[in-house]
This record gives sequence, C-alpha cells and structure tokens, in this order.
Amino acid sequence: MDLKEIIAHLLKENFPGVNVELIEYKNELTLRVEKQHIVKVCKFLKENADLQFTLCEDITAIDWAKRKNRFTVVYHIFSLKSKNRLAVKVDVDESDCSIDSVASVWKTANWHERETYDMYGIKFSNHPDLRRMYMPEEFEYYPLRKDFPVMGIPGSLPLPKK
Amino acid sequence: MGLEAKLTDDGFFTTKLDAIIEWSRKYSVWPMPMGISCCAIEMMAAGDPKYDIARFGSEVMRFTPRQCDLMIVAGTVTYKMSHVVRKIYDQMPDPKWVIAMGACTSSGGMYRSYNVVQGIDQFLPVDIYLAGCPPRPDNLLNALIQIQDKIGKTRAKDFQDIKLPELTVLQSN
Repeated sequence: MDLKEIIAHLLKENFPGVNVELIEYKNELTLRVEKQHIVKVCKFLKENADLQFTLCEDITAIDWAKRKNRFTVVYHIFSLKSKNRLAVKVDVDESDCSIDSVASVWKTANWHERETYDMYGIKFSNHPDLRRMYMPEEFEYYPLRKDFPVMGIPGSLPLPKK
Repeated sequence: MGLEAKLTDDGFFTTKLDAIIEWSRKYSVWPMPMGISCCAIEMMAAGDPKYDIARFGSEVMRFTPRQCDLMIVAGTVTYKMSHVVRKIYDQMPDPKWVIAMGACTSSGGMYRSYNVVQGIDQFLPVDIYLAGCPPRPDNLLNALIQIQDKIGKTRAKDFQDIKLPELTVLQSN
C-alpha cells in the first residue's frame, strides 16, 4: 500500500463521519479536511504509529479573492520516520474567518499561525499568543490579501519625525 | 616632513582653529556601522586589509552611537526598523553625517513594496547617496572621501544657529 491508501484507510477507520479527500499530483499528496475537524485529524496524523507526521514545516494560506471559500489554510507536514511529506488543506470563508489552532499538536505552529494571522487576518482560535508577527501591532490591514495594494496604504505605517 | 619639521624647527606653528579642527575631524571619522542587510558585507569588506578603510582614518567602527560621527546605513530599512535607525541617529553627538549606502537605503531599491521605506531621506538628513546593489567597497571609500571633503568645507560658524531639538522621552514597550 502506498501512502495515499494508508492514510485513506486509517482516516476512514478512525474518523468514520469525517469527509476527507486525498489528491495526488506530481508525487505530492494533499489531504483536504473540513475546518471543524482539523485539530483531531492533525493530532491523529502526528501520533499514529504508522504515520508519525512529527514535523510541521509550514503553515500558510492562499487568498483566492473572489472564490466562495475565500481562504485556504495549508499545513505542510513531514514524517521523519517514513520521509513522507503531506499538505493538509482547509477552506476558510471570509464571513467566519477563523480556524482552530494546531499549536497544541505542533509547538512550531505557534509562530506559523501568528504569521498567517498577520498576513491574511485569519484568526486561530485557542491560540496561546495570537499577536502580529512582522507588522507593527497597531497596523490595521493584512498585507498578503489580494485587495491590499502592493505599495501599501499611505500613512498606515508611521515614520519617525525628521 | 610637514608637521614634524615645523615642530623641530620652530617649536610652534600658527593656524586657524577652524582649520585644525576640520583637519583632525576629517581624518578621524568614526563610523556607526548600521548594517541592516547585505550592504553590511561590503561595508565589512571595506574594513579588511585589501580595501583598508584605516587609510582614511575610519577603521574605528563603534558599536555605540555615542562615539560616532558618521552613520553608514547599509541595508534595507523597513518601516519597523526606521524607528530604530532614527533613535540611534538621535543618540549620535553633533556634528554628524549620514551615508545612505546602496539602492535600498537611497530609494527603496528593488523593494518597491508596502513594508520598505522608499528612501531613508524621508526620516533622516542624508549627505551622500551611494549607488550600487550592493556598492563595491571602493565605492564606499569614495563616499567616505566625499564626506571628508564636506567636513573640510564645514566651519564652526555653520553650527551657530543650530538649536538642539527638544528632547522627547519615547515610550517603548
């Protein structure tokens, strides 16, 4: 059995009511989950003895601008045991722009989620310390959203007095 | 030889106070290495034996602004960093000079984006803009020589009308 079949089998066995979709494209495996199940699925992927996705490499998001589910949160995870890489994708809509934090599963997720919050404005509930990562605290916009101009909004970032 | 001959011969010489102050200032410009990104590597190269910034009396890179005359802003200045750069500049004693080293500091360079200050002259008085991405060490030395020329033209009376800015205590958290 290859990884796709193993994951599909294990998830079906352990989470009978959860809709998951596995896509393989150019030898890269993607798992799509609904957002209310993200924490328990991630916990399972990390702690299952056959999978052991112990390394959370990155958490980021995609802004699709005009799509119905505007954002997709992407988790890149890696298994040090089997050397497999997996992308977990979760759709988040702008009307309810929040998702549960996986910082309780991977500690690295803390900063990755802060960065994603800073750049896209997606709120991670139950996050231990959800503050902006790069932009100043009082900054009101989310720079990597598609409706944010490249040159920024004049006067939104203060400069020192000359 | 110049000074020595004069001193052994007569034991004294006459000059203008302005001239001797400018002469000593010119050849003891202590830089504040504000190395923020890749330009800092070229700035370090200017200090190595091959380019040897010590030939111009500027080898004393001081990492405290209180002992510096020249600030070399070497690297991309973001809006967040601009407050730090200005704070350090404000701590330098007068008279002081600024070199904007490289494209990023001079104009934002290739970072035409929301987070990079499009030229540090928006919040600092700049004396020399230095072209290059990053500029070669010889180019930095050229900027230093130009700063020395500028210092050579400065007279004490130029500072007569300068008032010290009112000090404000910045709330930092």
